[in-house]
Amino acid sequence: MELIKTTNLSKKFGRNIALDGVEISLEAGKIYGVLGPNGSGKSTLMRLISGLYSKSNGHIEAFSNPLSVESKKHIAYMPTESFFYDYMNIGSTAMYFSDFFEDFDNDRFDLLLKEMGLEKSMKIPSLSSGMNAKLRVALTMSRKATVYLIDEPLNGVDLVARDLILKTVINSLSQDNLIVLSSHQIDIIENVLDEVIFLKEGTIVLNKEAEDARASSGKSIVQLYKEVFKDA
Amino acid sequence: MIKFDSKSPIYLQVMNEIKKQLALGEIKPGDKLPSSRELAVLYSINPNTASRVYKELEAMGICFKKRGLGTFVTKEINMIKPIKQDMARDYVIAFITSMRDLGYKKEEIIDILKNKEWDNGID
Repeated sequence: MELIKTTNLSKKFGRNIALDGVEISLEAGKIYGVLGPNGSGKSTLMRLISGLYSKSNGHIEAFSNPLSVESKKHIAYMPTESFFYDYMNIGSTAMYFSDFFEDFDNDRFDLLLKEMGLEKSMKIPSLSSGMNAKLRVALTMSRKATVYLIDEPLNGVDLVARDLILKTVINSLSQDNLIVLSSHQIDIIENVLDEVIFLKEGTIVLNKEAEDARASSGKSIVQLYKEVFKDA
Repeated sequence: MIKFDSKSPIYLQVMNEIKKQLALGEIKPGDKLPSSRELAVLYSINPNTASRVYKELEAMGICFKKRGLGTFVTKEINMIKPIKQDMARDYVIAFITSMRDLGYKKEEIIDILKNKEWDNGID
């Protein structure tokens, strides 16, 4: 079932064309990888779909209707930067989320916290970048959203935390939702992806099922990426 | 935990891993296998890939689903021996192909295998 569809989607910032003619169709029950170098438009695409940015041209359809306030309620976006205030502790970030989002599941959050080895009393400034990333993922995935857009969740994250984050993502997938991950760390996430979308300077240059890409090219997604982006 | 070669389909590699465990007796006929979700988390792979592993194994008659209970290894012992033989055959073919690529001929390959010096490298 198609949940998100973009048609000729473009976004300009002044004269900078961040996205140009992007057409994607995202289906329930799948994990997508939006891959590309810095500045290729990955975050822009996610922000457009989550409603944080408004499009310059084209269309975005969510759940068979034009993107609206109602559809945005079911789309969860996790930015790559930490977005907490220094005075907070983990417990207060959960309250914050709970206030902001109707679909926040406190029980799920408690469970994820435990799996991540975090505690509510921990203060935000005391968290390492790995712990901060785990917290952001735990908060986002505790929302009962239909579409999850997760922007570079593995940046600056240690090995063990990375594993936990990936396992949380894997565990969160159901037939009724979909997850989009963006990352540079392709070697780490490629086995988790159903489909890969390569974004180069705002346009899509590849959109394939990961296993098909491997079988037909005899190459890993990493190798394909290097070939496509060697001049980037 | 095994590291996958991302150059070839993951589902095939997971299938081989399970077949290997079967051939070695690490998994026994009738054993319950992890759910496809559990398999995905275990190997850090995509859940649909994990489902595909079981779908393909089921098509081969190696496992079957019991409604509401999960996926189980077949009890047919006759299924197991051929698996070991098939895998052995695949490995031998791969070995011979590699050796031929290096320029070795059939008799040379057989001599090499007979040569006791190689035993030192293998436990």
